[in-house]
Amino acid sequence: MKLSDLEKALSPAVIAAREEDREILGVYAGDLLSRAMSHVREGDLWITIMNNRNVLAVAGLADAAAVLLAEGVTLLPDALEAARDNGIAVYSTDKTVYEVCSLLAGYGV
Amino acid sequence: MKAMSEPIRFHFDVDGEDFSSAGGASVIVKKKLRQLGLSPEIIRKVSIAMYEGEINMVIHANGGTADISVDDREITIVLADRGPGIPDIGLAMQEGYSTAKENIRTLGFGAGMGLPNMKKYSDEMQIETEIGVGTTVTMKIRL
Ligand SMILES: Nc1ncnc2c1ncn2[C@@H]1O[C@H](COP(=O)(O)OP(=O)(O)O)[C@@H](O)[C@H]1O
Ligand SMILES: [Mg+2]
Repeated sequence: MKLSDLEKALSPAVIAAREEDREILGVYAGDLLSRAMSHVREGDLWITIMNNRNVLAVAGLADAAAVLLAEGVTLLPDALEAARDNGIAVYSTDKTVYEVCSLLAGYGV
Repeated sequence: MKAMSEPIRFHFDVDGEDFSSAGGASVIVKKKLRQLGLSPEIIRKVSIAMYEGEINMVIHANGGTADISVDDREITIVLADRGPGIPDIGLAMQEGYSTAKENIRTLGFGAGMGLPNMKKYSDEMQIETEIGVGTTVTMKIRL
């Protein structure tokens, strides 16, 4: 699944637009930064409800394909700036983490 | 990667006031290592180890300094602070142990996985700490 396919499947709000249509190689769901730092692999979609700037530092360091904010969460202003500065795609959906994960599993991610 | 005679060095002053920009030095180091053409595996190890150490200086020690050197054989990361020191390193190294306060936890920090991750993703780690004086963590990642 590519980011463009994710956009079609979930119709998420685009918080920070993608620079490339990256392949989603895997998914990590979780909110603790240290856990995410060691579990998000290159090309993963990271699903979280954390919306501060630290999320973008971790997403960039881990080279996530994109961040998906669940439960209607959106980025704080300085976090949005960090997403744009570092070219990290960020989406938001009203669905819960569980709903997103089961939907993505249905797509074989 | 090109052969290097002199090590390449980076120095950062890590601000302890601003939690929201924490991790900024690690982000810059990652970019530099990419430019040097290091492998993704090495960059991942450095990123995780340095990020955790940088965050610890910000959330537990009111900031400090980060010095990174890269030579032909290894990357050395030295993180030095003048914070409170670590009373019991054995306890601090345990997975899940954290003294982070609630306001810090709400930002997503305080999983108690920082020091264990630093140990896991570096090839060598040394902690020098003195109560009331500060902590210096030295990590090496071999190329
Ligand atoms: N540089 C430091 N100065 C003082 N105390 C520290 C430092 N680094 C770590 N500690 C102590 O060790 C504990 C465990 O650290 P860590 O494993 O990174 O977990 P966390 O940062 O999530 O609390 C911290 O909660 C803190 O009490
Ligand atoms: Mg920590």
